[in-house]
Amino acid sequence: MSAALAARGLGKQYGRRWALSDCTLDIPQGRVVGLVGPNGAGKTTLLQLAVGLLRPTAGTIEVLGRPPSDDARQLGQVGFVAQDTPVYSALSVADHLRLGGWLNPRWDDEVARRRIGQLGLDPKQRAGKLSGGQQAQLALTLAVAKRPELLILDEPVASLDPLARREFLQLLMAAVAEHEFSIVLSSHLVADLERICDYLVVLASSRVQVAGEVEGLLAAHRRLIGPRRDPKALAPDLQVIDESHTDVQSTLVVRCDGPVHDPAWTVEELSLEDLVLAYMGRARQQGSASDRRLGVLR
Amino acid sequence: MNGRTVIEFHLDARSGVSPYQQIVQQVRQALRLGLLREGDQLPTVKDAVERLAINPNTVLKAYKELEHAGLVAARPGVGTFVTKSLGDVSLAAHGPLRQDLRRWLAKARRAGLDDESIEALFRDTFRSSAAEGVA
Repeated sequence: MSAALAARGLGKQYGRRWALSDCTLDIPQGRVVGLVGPNGAGKTTLLQLAVGLLRPTAGTIEVLGRPPSDDARQLGQVGFVAQDTPVYSALSVADHLRLGGWLNPRWDDEVARRRIGQLGLDPKQRAGKLSGGQQAQLALTLAVAKRPELLILDEPVASLDPLARREFLQLLMAAVAEHEFSIVLSSHLVADLERICDYLVVLASSRVQVAGEVEGLLAAHRRLIGPRRDPKALAPDLQVIDESHTDVQSTLVVRCDGPVHDPAWTVEELSLEDLVLAYMGRARQQGSASDRRLGVLR
Repeated sequence: MNGRTVIEFHLDARSGVSPYQQIVQQVRQALRLGLLREGDQLPTVKDAVERLAINPNTVLKAYKELEHAGLVAARPGVGTFVTKSLGDVSLAAHGPLRQDLRRWLAKARRAGLDDESIEALFRDTFRSSAAEGVA
């Protein structure tokens, strides 16, 4: 089976700035992928490259085995909701569903109607009159009812209140349980991602910092706490991701492929949030270190 | 032939226990307390997912582990059903074990340990003996 999303050396340049560079990913189908990273990390750029709204400056990207928006069939297989959850403000809620039915060969009208009913939206209401959160719910409902094989969502829950957010994630996961499709979604809400994602991509400073199955990543990372130690003097199979030191104590986040045997360390498991923060912290430090090097050159 | 469904899952995000393990624990707990009996149906994957807003694979993984432990069986297209109770055998042992534990707690307090030290000692010993059991 072809990958849900495969990128090789993918890059996108705006003027002199690379919004995304050297991005290589191989995400299998059937995953719920969380794309996380600080603002400006390149998340939206990656998602827009994946749906063909942007063309790469470097490298290649394929979704479901073919270039993005290759033909009508490909467009029917990929669903996308942009960050601003656009709707047609002059059309009513019912018009949106009708339009969805006309434009999408696998349209699931029952799911769409049930969801609109659950949300308590008036089908006759014009979309422009809905609140921001309701517009987001409408856009997301259309994307799920399209029954795509890959659903790409850019910050889908950012504008929703906590209850609407939970309800939307419930709808999304129930749809995955029933129809087994792939999802790639970007979000800042790691607690949500921890519940729903089984694959993680951390993007920071325009680069992929780490990517993989959540379970495997959590199994391969540990926090080590112990007497102060030079991280360079560690066993070679430990890769330090993040470190902090006091005069007497060192706290490290490491990638390790086997158990850590050194009795000097107290070894703790990481939460997904710890893992994400460790990689984001490392990217920022490397960024400021390279700024300093540039400063010396200047 | 369908049994009753009796439990609903819940997740504690702050427990530090992975969601799939929480589901396994909740089923085992319900079996141990006699809430779930042979023939009872576990929530369907879709129901559990819809309630908890979690990845379906998390529920599948938990059910697979319970199946592997011989506690439940999946009937394709119907659901997952309890095949064995846990309560009867271990419940009988609870009383004497509880008494032993009470005695040990009294001893620890006499030795000057406060609640926090007792918990820390228990957790530490529990972990190291569990680790030995695995090795």
